[in-house]
Amino acid sequence: MSELPGDLLYTKEHEWLRREEDGSVTIGITDHAQEALGDLVYVELPEVGLDLDEGGEMAVVESVKAASDVYAPIGGSVVAVNETLADDPEHINSDAYGDGWIVRMQPSDAIDESALMSPDDYQQFCDELDD
Amino acid sequence: MSELIFEKSRSGRRAFAQAPTSSESVAIPESMLRSDRPRLPEASELQTVRHYTRLSQKNFSIDTQFYPLGSCTMKYNPRACNALALLPGFANRHPLGPADHGQGFLTCMFELQEMLKDVTGMKGVSLTPMAGAQGELAGVAMIKAYHDAHGNHHRNEIICPDAAHGTNPATATMCGCIVKEIPTLADGDIDFDALQQVVGPNTAGIMLTNPSTLGVFERRIKEVADLVHDAGGLLYYDGANLNAILGKVRPGDMDFDVIHMNLHKTFSTPHGGGGPGSGAVGVNERLLPYMPIPVVGKKEVNGKPVYDWVAEADIPQSIGRLSGFMGNSGVLLRAYVYMRMLGRDGMERVSEYATLNANYLAVRLRDAGFELAFPERRASHEFIVTLKSEAKTFNLTAMDVAKALLDKNYHAPTTYFPLLVPECLLIEPTETESKETLDNFVAAMVEIVTAAKEDGVDYKEAPYTMPVRRLDDVKAARQLDLAFRPDGS
Repeated sequence: MSELPGDLLYTKEHEWLRREEDGSVTIGITDHAQEALGDLVYVELPEVGLDLDEGGEMAVVESVKAASDVYAPIGGSVVAVNETLADDPEHINSDAYGDGWIVRMQPSDAIDESALMSPDDYQQFCDELDD
Repeated sequence: MSELIFEKSRSGRRAFAQAPTSSESVAIPESMLRSDRPRLPEASELQTVRHYTRLSQKNFSIDTQFYPLGSCTMKYNPRACNALALLPGFANRHPLGPADHGQGFLTCMFELQEMLKDVTGMKGVSLTPMAGAQGELAGVAMIKAYHDAHGNHHRNEIICPDAAHGTNPATATMCGCIVKEIPTLADGDIDFDALQQVVGPNTAGIMLTNPSTLGVFERRIKEVADLVHDAGGLLYYDGANLNAILGKVRPGDMDFDVIHMNLHKTFSTPHGGGGPGSGAVGVNERLLPYMPIPVVGKKEVNGKPVYDWVAEADIPQSIGRLSGFMGNSGVLLRAYVYMRMLGRDGMERVSEYATLNANYLAVRLRDAGFELAFPERRASHEFIVTLKSEAKTFNLTAMDVAKALLDKNYHAPTTYFPLLVPECLLIEPTETESKETLDNFVAAMVEIVTAAKEDGVDYKEAPYTMPVRRLDDVKAARQLDLAFRPDGS
């Protein structure tokens, strides 16, 4: 697996979260996830303003192999979506933690960090999956 | 790539064998006649014959190559089925003709319904769904209709294992249900504890494929059925893998309430390339009132059997009409002839040899060094090889092996499905292959891996010998280009 940014939090569903200075949270899928999915051909984004419960369906990513739901790792409302993915879903493949971000959410509650993984924990989680 | 027939077109050329003979008998009003000529190719008869003969030679087909495409049951299609389905009495029958002019056809359809009931253990069969996906839609629509008729409008959850074909959750969603996914255990059975957590007062039903897409039989099926039934839900049987148990185990005896059968797979009608298919559905007692129409019924008139369509009025709670006449009647006739040729004993031999061939091939491949995804389980009619370690150690992926097999004149197995198993090949030899074919396939697989491992052969550009090379499936999906435009418009 390639680089794993140290300033992000991770989920077992292979999503990453970055806390922004304005209190919002940017969410995407990890490099491990994009590698497993293969080349993406379509991303279905939610509407800005949509309220999501934790675990709700947030987006759909479709590769040449499969279509997968992306679940909201936290509850909150969608404040921005990465519109560039509509035309260039490959941003997720080429830059999962940067240009490939998917959704920015305003959390409804304080984020429970104990439910999320540190980079080291996520790395270990992926290593175990690979065995 | 070869030229399209449109690119061979020259003004004024005619193929007399294909030319229409007369249009005078068709009384189309003047106002509806087109004024410009249709864009049809103009080619000579010989050009046309050569064009389509060459195209047919590019086919990878069950008639020419071993086709172990898992989950698709690419078995031999007996010529007799084709010949009999094309008898003039069938081929020239007008679908709007009165029932007393089509008693032969209706007899076949009625008997096909009866044979399918018998071999699946169901109480009613409707042949109307045009393909497996429509059969699924009919099945879940009947489950919904059943709950609605009993005032249980809140029952809208359909449970699907994570190994299910994608059509299962898609069908449930199309029917307005919410999909509840349950995981699979490492041994291939569904996670019964997780199922217990999910089953509840909102459960409409569960959709199961048994044997599952992982190529193993669901061993706790009886407990699963009891659990779901006790909660008021119904059981849907996806017939994708019926070939594995045909004549041996009946979905009705496993307590399924509704099933769909892919007649084009299990009952050997030509398929692939998108159709036509047949997704006949079978139901037990409680779903009989909701069957889709048309269905063929039988009455006694003056001591003689008379066959007729069962009308809407006879099944007022039917989910409705799913096809104009009788589904894909040509497919149904082929399936009918196939079943009549096999008889009851023959149907048992289908599943015996399908599973024998799969298990033989699985063991041969395992002994040759391939990793089976479920080594501790007996295969059903298909099994999964994972190339996880080959991909990791010398960068030979499932897709590379699939493409390399084409150069060795074998159709590739199903790749990357089920999604649960990394770098997988889903291999289904079917009952109609000989031991020699299976042995040769093993040898080809070994050659491919050995060349990659020991000689560093890189299959990233394979296939080399096919009319088209490795396709850019990403570009194809991102930039769809499906229509030929002669003038570039």
